[in-house]
Amino acid sequence: MANAKTAALRAAFPLTIPVCTGYIFLGITYGMLMVTAGFPTWLPIFTAAIVYTGSMEFLLVAILASSFQPLSAFLTALMVGARHLFYGLSMLGKYRDMGWKKPYLIYATTDETFSVNYTAEVPAGIDRSWLYFWVSVLDHVYWVFGSTAGALFGSFLAVDLTGLDFVMTAMFFVIFLQQWVRDGVCLRLVISDHMPALIGVLGSVLCLAIFGADAFMIPAMVTILAGLLVYRRVRRASEVRTSEKSAELMELCTEREGRK
Amino acid sequence: MSEEEQAVTILVVVLGTILTRFLPYLVFTERRRIPQVITDLGRLLPPAVFGLLVIYCLRNVDILNPTQLVPTAAALVITAALFFWRRDMLLPMAGGTLAYMMVMRMM
Repeated sequence: MANAKTAALRAAFPLTIPVCTGYIFLGITYGMLMVTAGFPTWLPIFTAAIVYTGSMEFLLVAILASSFQPLSAFLTALMVGARHLFYGLSMLGKYRDMGWKKPYLIYATTDETFSVNYTAEVPAGIDRSWLYFWVSVLDHVYWVFGSTAGALFGSFLAVDLTGLDFVMTAMFFVIFLQQWVRDGVCLRLVISDHMPALIGVLGSVLCLAIFGADAFMIPAMVTILAGLLVYRRVRRASEVRTSEKSAELMELCTEREGRK
Repeated sequence: MSEEEQAVTILVVVLGTILTRFLPYLVFTERRRIPQVITDLGRLLPPAVFGLLVIYCLRNVDILNPTQLVPTAAALVITAALFFWRRDMLLPMAGGTLAYMMVMRMM
């Protein structure tokens, strides 16, 4: 049993190396950002361990520094986490029969851990559940380690870190660009253009102009959700129309074939 | 925000995140089919939400004030350029942030 565990750990570690560099870099920035925003050193370490979703934690710095709006914070967590629904649906089969490890595996499904575990080819003789488990644990450790290092550096470093908070803007901008590029290439059947991204940007800008910087998040989320549902309906309708058209064409063809 | 309010905020954020991660496993088993609207939203929401988050990060930028507009615009351009050059995540983040911090100090 002990051998199965260590063998799985040995197989898991190489898979997590790319995540290691990313998480340590991001974790350090997160820790530094939290302490330079005036929060105690333990807070980034604690939130890194329990919130454990990079994008939401960066937002948490801004949310904690503004006025108390628990509903908005909750809805933001739901919207930001919406992509996890998709990860869950993709892992339903793989995470079956994981026993006591299952709740932790689900809890620790970040973007990176998902992509490693989803694509991992389990080598022969390696216990699948331990491999997924170690990948998840290692990634979690990297993130907390990075955040701790950042929190400690940040509180002792005597460098002027004003403007470091732009790293959050840059992160979301890069993820936005990644989505943009991806939507142009694959997922043709569901999204053949950039409408969802545009709905997100334009809906937000519109609500920002109307409601102002402190109150635009909830209206923007409602607007975006409504916009996406309308867009989905329009797309479905046009898909039905094209499939009806192709069905008609098929009929026409078979009729002709028959006549010949 | 008081410490209690901060604790509540962290708690709701944790709850919201956990909810999105556990929901598929709680609601949908292999036998029960997933409503199409949920799977569609799982794909349509991310690009829209990251658009929202970019705007959220920029919400306090006064576009009429060049000392704010110039560093922000320059950093966004550099971030995008680095992204399209290498298609990597960390390089554009580091480069964009560094550019922002430098241009901001020059203004």
